[in-house]
Amino acid sequence: MSMPSAMTQPPIPQAAERENYLNKEYGAWSWLFTTDHKRIALLYLISITFFFFIGGFFALLIRLELLTPAGDLVQADTYNKLFTMHGMVMVFFFLIPSIPAVLGNFLVPLMIGAKDLAFPKINLFSWYLYIIGGVMMMHCMLTGGVDTGWTFYAPFSTNFTNTKIVEAGLAIFVAGFSSILTGLNFVVTIHRMRAPGMTWSRLPLFIWAHYATSIIQLLGTPVIAVTIVLVAAERALHLGIFDPKLGGDPVLFQHLFWFYSHPAVYIMILPAMGVVTEIIACFSRKRIFGYSFVAFSSIAIAVFGFLVWAHHMFVAGISVYSALVFSFLSYAVALPSAIKVFNWTATLYKGSIHYDAPMLYAFGFLGLFTIGGLTGLFLAALGIDVHVTDTYFVVAHFHYIMVGGAVMGYLGGMHFWWPKISGRLYPEGWARLAALIVFIGFNLTFFPQFLLGYMGMPRRYYDYSHMPEFQVLNVLSTAGATVLGVGYLLPMVYFLWSMRYGKPASDNPWNAAGLEWKTTSPPTTFNFDEEPVVTWEAYNYEELDAPHKEEVPVAR
Amino acid sequence: MHDNSTVAVHDPALLHHFAEPQQQRDAASLGMWVFLATEVMFFGGLFCAYLVYRRWYFGDFAAASKSINMWLGATNTAVLICSSLTVVLAVWAAQTARRTLLIGSLVLTMLLGFAFLGIKGIEYRDKFVEHHVPGASFSFEHEEIPGHPGQYANPQHAQIFFSLYFVMTGLHALHMIIGLGIFLWLLIMAWKGRFTPEWHTPIEIGGLYWHFVDIVWIYLFPLLYLIDRHK
Amino acid sequence: MAGHVDALYIFLLIVTGMMALLVFVLVIFFAARFRHRPGVRAEQIEGSTALEVTWSAIPFLIFMVIFGWGALVYFQERTPPDDATEVYVVAKQWMWKLEHAEGQREINELHVPVGRDVKLIMTSQDVIHSFYIPAFRIKQDVLPGRYTVEWFRATKPGVYHLFCAEYCGTQHSGMVGDIIVQEPAQYEAWINGGSGGPLSATGEKIFSELGCATCHRTDTQGRGPNLQGVFGKPVQLEDGRTVTADENYLRECILDPGAKRVKGFQPIMPTFQGLVTEEQVNALVAYIKSISPAKPEAVRAQAQPNAQPKGSQVQ
Repeated sequence: MSMPSAMTQPPIPQAAERENYLNKEYGAWSWLFTTDHKRIALLYLISITFFFFIGGFFALLIRLELLTPAGDLVQADTYNKLFTMHGMVMVFFFLIPSIPAVLGNFLVPLMIGAKDLAFPKINLFSWYLYIIGGVMMMHCMLTGGVDTGWTFYAPFSTNFTNTKIVEAGLAIFVAGFSSILTGLNFVVTIHRMRAPGMTWSRLPLFIWAHYATSIIQLLGTPVIAVTIVLVAAERALHLGIFDPKLGGDPVLFQHLFWFYSHPAVYIMILPAMGVVTEIIACFSRKRIFGYSFVAFSSIAIAVFGFLVWAHHMFVAGISVYSALVFSFLSYAVALPSAIKVFNWTATLYKGSIHYDAPMLYAFGFLGLFTIGGLTGLFLAALGIDVHVTDTYFVVAHFHYIMVGGAVMGYLGGMHFWWPKISGRLYPEGWARLAALIVFIGFNLTFFPQFLLGYMGMPRRYYDYSHMPEFQVLNVLSTAGATVLGVGYLLPMVYFLWSMRYGKPASDNPWNAAGLEWKTTSPPTTFNFDEEPVVTWEAYNYEELDAPHKEEVPVAR
Repeated sequence: MHDNSTVAVHDPALLHHFAEPQQQRDAASLGMWVFLATEVMFFGGLFCAYLVYRRWYFGDFAAASKSINMWLGATNTAVLICSSLTVVLAVWAAQTARRTLLIGSLVLTMLLGFAFLGIKGIEYRDKFVEHHVPGASFSFEHEEIPGHPGQYANPQHAQIFFSLYFVMTGLHALHMIIGLGIFLWLLIMAWKGRFTPEWHTPIEIGGLYWHFVDIVWIYLFPLLYLIDRHK
Repeated sequence: MAGHVDALYIFLLIVTGMMALLVFVLVIFFAARFRHRPGVRAEQIEGSTALEVTWSAIPFLIFMVIFGWGALVYFQERTPPDDATEVYVVAKQWMWKLEHAEGQREINELHVPVGRDVKLIMTSQDVIHSFYIPAFRIKQDVLPGRYTVEWFRATKPGVYHLFCAEYCGTQHSGMVGDIIVQEPAQYEAWINGGSGGPLSATGEKIFSELGCATCHRTDTQGRGPNLQGVFGKPVQLEDGRTVTADENYLRECILDPGAKRVKGFQPIMPTFQGLVTEEQVNALVAYIKSISPAKPEAVRAQAQPNAQPKGSQVQ
């Protein structure tokens, strides 16, 4: 296998003639009714990219408004809708599906040596559910939107707002089922469809990460589903479940909401961690340091992640004793993430490190996730949280993890597996530039927000004319956001460009370990010519780089 | 095109992405169990809300619980338990190629399911007539708290009970309706003779779903109907 | 108080800064030192349990220190001193209404004397708000349907920002105000400059106007419990429980009398839900407190975990 240089590679026509999942059938019907996990992954790719740019557009408007202290770009209600829709779209329609629905769908069967997921039709159905939810959300936004914040706390959301809560709630409910079905598919597939010899301890850590993610999707999402049902029922019928005037308790809403929404953030980060593990191993040319620890830390994050939800509620009126318990558990959940960071760092030691674009994204992830995670320690400290909760400190913290972490992981993964997905190489120079722009833009956007938060700027404020001293940092943040936007547009452009003009990729341009690289780029519809039989450990870079083979992956 | 089946005898029911029928069966079974776990979490959220308010407003909940018809609820419990029996019979019939028994069991299950929904409908109508449906026309005045003569339930708290009652039993009924749809489909397939002892996975996983819906009711009945009934 | 928070913050900055630096330095150093060179192969290292244990245990110990310190600060933040001056706060969309015990009313402003412990007893008329004073490093959500409590002691005269920190609708960012910390003499001048008398006097008037005294007599003949001296004392309920008569309990009795009926009394008290405003409830509570002897235990109205019956105390 592996790595002819561009000069000795066969000319383009021959590669394109070979049948693969992309050219097997043409026409909208063959895509809209496909059950091929790889095509479904691409359907998701298009849809989530669309929502990413919608959510990003809202973010741009938010940052533009915050350039000046006065509320002068949009009206207050409009601004409130902007940050709400930004949050809802980004969380439910971009971040939660992103890596699992695109990279997970594409790679899980390939990595375990299966021909498809366990339930291909359910996989297609989950995409349709996502689309239906997405259409509902778009309609909701276009006909007025929602202004409760993505957290839609009661009693504001149940009794005091006139915006379209029920419609948005239903959209999220439907999209939530998409998420549940994806998780269901992955769990059953990983349990039952591994190729002979692919034992649990030989699984790529990407699979472990997606397994843990799926557990969370399965057990957590139904709780927000039922919460949405209760909110809708209360709005429609004034039931009083969350209304104190009728004997209800608004804090109960918060418990139910955060019981899902905290584990949800682990749905967003665990897959990115899986991606980063694969990339670091490949571009250091060695097995990941501490395989079992990394695998079990994924599971630990999933488990502990369900036990910390009330750390979002330290000032909500819970008892001091509850707060103590949740603070303690929040430190417990931080530990497995720290362990991963150390293991990734240790993997670099005595590696043979290449600086290709995926690796640059992985480095970016290491830096930004570390900062994001460490600031979580601030928030878990009760005494500090009282001051910084509901301020821009929290906003900065979660964007470091979700954007600096999850989105970087997603982009790194898209670059790493792009040759496999599309059969083409992306332009490496542009990709490295984009990674750098994203890194710089990101830090410029969100680091000032830590300072703003500690200085006391609350969240969800569109007018800070009482505190003009906050303007300088806000301007910096907006400047960063524009740079970041450019960094995100670039890959869109060159990925599309590469589909037509990119150099054709060989089966394994990175000389990477993993079953997905043992088949063609792009793969055929049924993935493998023959069912693989696995007799080697994961990350067998020693073999791959053995002396008699060409040593360095030369993909260009 | 691209056929990678090197297996000589290819079971027609075997889907292309599975290597052998046992794997396919195991996958379907695990899939249904996992799905039921998500359903447990779904109802679990409601149970949590119920438990919180029951603890706070126990007397009011007891009074409200007294006003729903325990006998109808008990009958429904018996109906569902019987329907689980007929489901088990259906599975056994499929396993042992007893077509008549299979079809009969499926029909019986559906009849029992309809009976359940019918009785539920009667209960809902009763609640509507008594103005116990939460909303504008809700009324729950002068209802004594069991065991506390002269003390009356707070109507607002009672409304919370009824809200939870309707949401919980309503979602349960919705799951029953879906179950009936599933069983109709199973019935049609059975009538067409699609099930064999070697392959009757839909019956098994449909049965699992039905048992789950039954178990949810087994929890709902005492929690909703039997609060402080001994008083 | 703010100093304690900042001290912990700086400690965290140092500790996390060091951890971040360690990781960054190692990553950059390894990335450079072990950059791919022709002919040099990576060394396959499986792992090291000793290292894993070390870099789990040490961070965990550090985390526990942070946790403990944070918990201490939080406990102080949530335990108002017994003799703190009380100010009642009613939040509504989109303003803060404050009422001093002496009766002085303010909107979006709070005058306090420097060096005095001030306890805010807060509720909301509509949605959840949050009373945030960044300079004092304190924040507490303000909920409809119950009281929550926050306290501080200002140490420097000046004017400090007050923000609403829980999104509450259109003018959430307009729900801002000032905490005006004055020298004691200035404050005395301000507080004596008008108002309708102390809050508890207002409460006494309402108590009589609404006919509460008819049943809540001070002898043993009343159809309702004698309220003299009741504040802060344990109360035995009809259902066997014992609760402490704190602000939340008094409030609940006014708005939902049947919920925690006192043992030995008939369930005949009418509810005043909808008949009294939040401010009037505050005044009544202040009055009932004023007819109790010494200042009893500070309200632990905060300690209202959702699993507990409302108005009760953790004993």
